Amino acid sequence: MDKLSPDLAIVKMYSAREEIYPREIKGRYASLRWICLWLTQLVFYGLPWLNWNGRQAVLFDLGARKFYIFGIVLWPQDFIYLAALLIISAYALFLFTAVAGRVWCGFACPQTVYTEIFLWIERRIEGTRSARMRLDRQSWSLQKALKKSGKHAAWAALSIWTGLSFVGYFTPIHALMGEVLAMGLGPWEAFWIAFYSFATYGNAGWMREQVCKYMCPYARFQSAMIDKDTLIITYDRQRGEPRGAKGKDAQNGDCIDCSMCVQVCPTGIDIRNGLQYECIGCAACIDACNSVMKKVESPPGLIRYSTERAITSRLSLAEMRRRVLRPRVLAYMALLVLIIAAFFTALAMRTPLKIDVIRDRGVMAREVEDGMIENVYRLRIMNTGETPHRFHISVAGIDSITLATPPEVDIDGATTRAIPVRVRINPGKGAHGSSTIVFEVTAVDDPAVEVREKAVFFVPR
Amino acid sequence: MSDFTNGFWNIYIAVLTIISIIGCGLLLWSQSKVRMEKQPGEDPASVGTTGHIWDVDLTELNTPMPRWWMWLFYITIVFALAYLFLYPGLGTYAGKLGWKSSDAYQSELKKAEAEYGPLFNKYLQQDIKAVAADPQAHVIGERLFLTYCAQCHGSDARGSKGFPNLTDKDWLYGGDPEVIKTTILHGRNGQMPSMAAALGSDKDVENVAHYVLSLSDSTHDPIKAVFGKSKFAMCAGCHGAAGTGNQALGAPNLSDKIWLYGGGVETVMETIRKGRNNTMPAFETFLGEAKVHVLAAYVWSLSNAPSNADQK
Repeated sequence: MDKLSPDLAIVKMYSAREEIYPREIKGRYASLRWICLWLTQLVFYGLPWLNWNGRQAVLFDLGARKFYIFGIVLWPQDFIYLAALLIISAYALFLFTAVAGRVWCGFACPQTVYTEIFLWIERRIEGTRSARMRLDRQSWSLQKALKKSGKHAAWAALSIWTGLSFVGYFTPIHALMGEVLAMGLGPWEAFWIAFYSFATYGNAGWMREQVCKYMCPYARFQSAMIDKDTLIITYDRQRGEPRGAKGKDAQNGDCIDCSMCVQVCPTGIDIRNGLQYECIGCAACIDACNSVMKKVESPPGLIRYSTERAITSRLSLAEMRRRVLRPRVLAYMALLVLIIAAFFTALAMRTPLKIDVIRDRGVMAREVEDGMIENVYRLRIMNTGETPHRFHISVAGIDSITLATPPEVDIDGATTRAIPVRVRINPGKGAHGSSTIVFEVTAVDDPAVEVREKAVFFVPR
Repeated sequence: MSDFTNGFWNIYIAVLTIISIIGCGLLLWSQSKVRMEKQPGEDPASVGTTGHIWDVDLTELNTPMPRWWMWLFYITIVFALAYLFLYPGLGTYAGKLGWKSSDAYQSELKKAEAEYGPLFNKYLQQDIKAVAADPQAHVIGERLFLTYCAQCHGSDARGSKGFPNLTDKDWLYGGDPEVIKTTILHGRNGQMPSMAAALGSDKDVENVAHYVLSLSDSTHDPIKAVFGKSKFAMCAGCHGAAGTGNQALGAPNLSDKIWLYGGGVETVMETIRKGRNNTMPAFETFLGEAKVHVLAAYVWSLSNAPSNADQK
């Protein structure tokens, strides 16, 4: 490299990541986060092991394109339910964000949850924040190698278990575990287990806050949904400043500048600088500050959930809470309730039967015995439930219209069959050209399972 | 395979691609650091701007991206080069691995064959009539028929003009299971030559048409039929003296009321005048014998087996 003239500097446009060593903290919000963690992870790791009527309770069989969720079987045609579920999730996110900022990020996001678990492992093996910082500064020794390799082994084990559980939603987990034990995994199963394991290990072990800061789109657009009446984690500047030891100077505020709030922050920011896009709303700084306030015998809540308006206008707690229920929040709530109700109603009223009517194109219409006019259709009958049914086919719409093929078919559960049907009308009935007719398919043993589908009957001139 | 007629364009594209990829890498490398002026006495590490200044005092702050981000970028460049080395992507270069989309199709076929082959081969060992009685084979046959045969013969297999009805007992080439299988395997080419010149005048054609219709007792003019009878000798070579057809040739039976192209006088005259040419394609190479076997059983069962009646 050539020598720089003294008035030139080299500025790097990319910077190395600075390792963050979050200090462990106990408190109300930390407990809340652990409760959320247990709830979400019990569901995630446990669900694939549940059985329902002799099959895995939740299984997304991509190969057969059937999605089993407890009592219901969804087909690709039921994609609308997934769309509705995503809309519900989106509105729930809007609602929670409008009320209390990035609570999703802080308490339920897998990135936060797995980072928390990985941090817990790290603390058990490498020790507290200061011990970890010391360990990283040390030169390599046997002890350091043991601790580091122990940590990574524990991380990897958890990651692989996570990968297996994830793939267990798509391949029956009992069969999958059997394959793992027999070392007989299929190439794609092996790939996805490896992929998901690696993603868990990399994101929760190495990337951590980098994911939130640079990869996550939610992080950016959630910030856009926050307004002046949103509960956010706030440092009460008026009460805290100027910082300094308590009682040393009469002017000093409540903040004793112990930097605990910075030490516990998983994204490495100083909440006293105000709301920042890096803040994931985990409330670790609230727990930290409250524990310190207790020790120095100041009232808690120097850092607390508050709104921008409450801080600047010095609103009382009741006033602030009243403002949280603003029109926007009420509108989100109403929409959410409406969509959830519609979703469950639609799901409950769903008929486990679908039919497609496909008109034969080779023959428009033909004249058969006694001058009757015949049209040919192909009925694709999809028995989307799990019980086999005998279905009765009937047709209506034109005077004298009848079925010339056997009206009953047996179809197994979760199976599709295409049935050729011939439909006839008597001579002279029905207008020339196209008329609308209706096919009706009913399960013989369960009249509630009934679907109607329109079709066109053609009468030649 | 290249669609270009001139080899130049392949090289042009290849060179352009390589230059672009390397150019991206160079741009990234050259822009990862900038030199800028610092104020005398200023600490170089604390310089918080990129040094770009517009409109006198509008400076661009340096908010550095994470370094791993830059590495991801380099990884994509390495990936691109490795991909272009291994797979086809650079002009006509076929790639080190020799991967072809047609091979991918073949391997999918092989996989399907490995999965479903044993089932079809099991049926192939059985007599066609036995296969026809097997309910599972019936469902498979029905699926195959709806996929490959229904376009011409109709979903209900009753055919249409020019495409025979497969549900009746009237067969052009014979309705034995083995014959049906042969028909599907190798296809058929039914040809009736134009008889207009051989028969003579248009009047003769009309007379023969009426005679043909009289064979099945369809609507006809008895007088014209009498005149047409002698001329019918020319048709008897294929259709037989009594007009009952010849399955060895695929010559239709004219003494029943089943017509492939229609049984009106005009249509029969048109058939005689212009002849007919009809093709059933061969399915042996496309479907393979085992599937055709199941299909033949299904087609045979349409006009024979009791399973037709209690169609499940």
